[in-house]
Amino acid sequence: MLTELDPVLLARIQFAFTVSFHIVFPAFTIGLASWLAVVEGLWLKTGNDTYKQVYKFWVKIFAVCFGMGVVSGVVLSYQFGTNWSVFSDKVGPVIGPLLGYEVLTAFFLEASFLGVMLFGWSRVSNKMHFISTLMVAIGTLFSAFWILAANSWMQTPQGFEINADGIFHPTSWMEVIFTPSFPYRFVHMVLAAYLTTAFTVGGVGAWYLLKKRHIPHARIMLGMAMIMAVFVAPTQLVVGDLHGLNTLEHQPAKVAAMEGIWETERGADLRLFAIPDEDAEMNHYEVVIPNAASLILTHHADGEIKGLKEWAKEDRPPVAIVFWSFRIMVGLGMAMILTGILAVILHLRKKLFDSRLFHMWCAALTPAGFIALLAGWFVTEVGRQPYTAYGVLRTSESVSPVLGEHVALSLLAFIVVYTVLFGAATYYILKLIGRGIETDKEGFEEHSKVATPFKNPKEQEA
Amino acid sequence: MFSFENLIDLPLIWGAIIATAVLLYVLLDGFDLGLGALFPFAPSDKCRDKMMNSIAPFWDGNETWLVLGGGGLFAAFPLAYAIVMPAMYIPVILMLLCLIFRGVAFEFRFKSDKSRILWDYAFHFGSLGAAMMQGMILGGIVQGVTVDGRSFSGGAFDWLTAFSFMTGLGVVCGYVLLGATWLIMKTDGDTQIWARRVAKYISLFVVIFMGLVSLWVPYLDNDINLRWFGDYFYFLLPIPVITALLFGGLIYSLKKEKEVMPFVCSLLIFFMGFLGLAVSLWPYTVPYEVTIWDSASAPESLSLMLVGVVIMLPIILAYTAYCYYIFRGKVSDEHHY
Repeated sequence: MLTELDPVLLARIQFAFTVSFHIVFPAFTIGLASWLAVVEGLWLKTGNDTYKQVYKFWVKIFAVCFGMGVVSGVVLSYQFGTNWSVFSDKVGPVIGPLLGYEVLTAFFLEASFLGVMLFGWSRVSNKMHFISTLMVAIGTLFSAFWILAANSWMQTPQGFEINADGIFHPTSWMEVIFTPSFPYRFVHMVLAAYLTTAFTVGGVGAWYLLKKRHIPHARIMLGMAMIMAVFVAPTQLVVGDLHGLNTLEHQPAKVAAMEGIWETERGADLRLFAIPDEDAEMNHYEVVIPNAASLILTHHADGEIKGLKEWAKEDRPPVAIVFWSFRIMVGLGMAMILTGILAVILHLRKKLFDSRLFHMWCAALTPAGFIALLAGWFVTEVGRQPYTAYGVLRTSESVSPVLGEHVALSLLAFIVVYTVLFGAATYYILKLIGRGIETDKEGFEEHSKVATPFKNPKEQEA
Repeated sequence: MFSFENLIDLPLIWGAIIATAVLLYVLLDGFDLGLGALFPFAPSDKCRDKMMNSIAPFWDGNETWLVLGGGGLFAAFPLAYAIVMPAMYIPVILMLLCLIFRGVAFEFRFKSDKSRILWDYAFHFGSLGAAMMQGMILGGIVQGVTVDGRSFSGGAFDWLTAFSFMTGLGVVCGYVLLGATWLIMKTDGDTQIWARRVAKYISLFVVIFMGLVSLWVPYLDNDINLRWFGDYFYFLLPIPVITALLFGGLIYSLKKEKEVMPFVCSLLIFFMGFLGLAVSLWPYTVPYEVTIWDSASAPESLSLMLVGVVIMLPIILAYTAYCYYIFRGKVSDEHHY
């Protein structure tokens, strides 16, 4: 039975699994690193130790997530070769340098200064420690820049020519790095990372308020998170809309799948609910808002949108996954905007830190960012199918010459290992949250003194 | 589109850059992994805390050189990457899984109470397995890879031979030597005494394995044999001679209870071993099928990345050195941050 396994599908499932597992952690650490830099900056500026305590609490969670991001990221840098060697051989000259730059400008910066961030308290000045946090935060953003440049090239490839061997040859680096979809995708992802972090931090803050623990710290967490919800969540809606229009221009088949539109039509309806049926090329149980899809995508009520039937069956992306992932992402985005609106109302009534119902709502939304982010990636990556480099290199022509059974076995190994790790990481993070923030002033100072695994050289001399 | 291909030999320079990244990985993560392989044999829990703490701020940066090695190979020699990875599919996946356990153990160990022993073993077997797999990948590459056109065409277990098993054990012993001498430098008291004993013991095995590999490799390929024992004999003779002198220095410094010199000698021994392999494998990226020039990426790609390396590598080395400087001195056994 094993020999009949399709290596292409298995390799896709394996990459989808490992990359989905991975992206959760960097997305969170991109946002958390920037936020920690702000919190440490506020501590240095105000001298209020509450900020430092909040920092020292979240930096532990940061360390766990960063470690998970590193170990699952190393896997990806080798998986291009193990499972997608033909892809690597063909497009390596074009996107290889972008990944090379990611390592050179981002990974070393993050990894090196993380050590100082975690263990350097008694070894460097406060200012130098702050600079280390900033370096890590900048590193995460550089990393996002390069990886999204590479991903965007796969979505909207340009700036290359294909030689007789089928090898892609770069002709313009500006075109390769700044592809049409890159600016939208980059901003959309960074904002998503910020929102993910905001709702996680806010959710934990709300939970502490509900439990009446660490009130001053919880106010900082929830308050700062709500500032993000108020300003960034609506901005994300605008950026997402622009990103969608860009996709309509460059990958109309993906948009047709997102909207579940089969026939090319004017005044297309917005399907709120539907069960897309790829064999019958239609939807079941549709619930629609008339003309709304055309209005959103073309900004005209009777604008024309191409349906999936415009493309041959083998050129269409899987419809149901794209359709439903898109709805999950947008739905959670709307919930975030609503949270921002509620926060403003409560703030004006001076009840933001007293409304238990609102705190429950925020605590429930703790994982919202992660789910929305994964759903968004499913939309864009599954929507890119059946190509690895959109329109120019098919997924079926990208895969390694390895046996399906080996891909199946390694996939199984990854599923088992990642499930165990994810369970352990979640357990320890929840344990850290449960244990709470170290606030006892004396104990805290004492703690920060021994917070390094190294003896201070000055103390040794004394 | 700028390109330096008319000015310099880009594939040659990139071969040197990737080799440097791999060497730095082997040296830096080598002592981490070796220390992990030694972990359960330490005399006390306090010792183990010290061992872990001695590398906690560095392991992440050290592992990044592996990403540069893999990512750099993909970027600079995509054809070699596309052949070697499927050829080494099983050991690469196993190495990655081992590195995962090794990496998360740093975070989980200090946050657990009852389950600490679990992460101790995750750290140990992760380190040991990763070291073994790296050695076997090395052996699998050195013994040659079957290629057809632009793809690997051999069997899934071609890498698994007596030769690769031996190189696997050799790398484990070498890493343990690096780990033990690192501990001599970074610890004091019981841990240091124990590490010194380990270093003396394991250096014997390192001598044996390096000798075995040195004698075996020339029999894998006639060209390698001719290179070492033919016209270049006197030119290449300094490599084994200097290595022998370094072993002498290592034993001497261990006997005299020096603290830094054993580690320096171990690093240099690794460097010489690496140099010896480089001489043997030259000029192949996939022995004995694909050369660095056959597998090089487009000159424009290599040129763009060369700009990045020339600017970034000195900066990376500078702040890496700064981080090691911050955490200089002997390590303590207190944890948490």
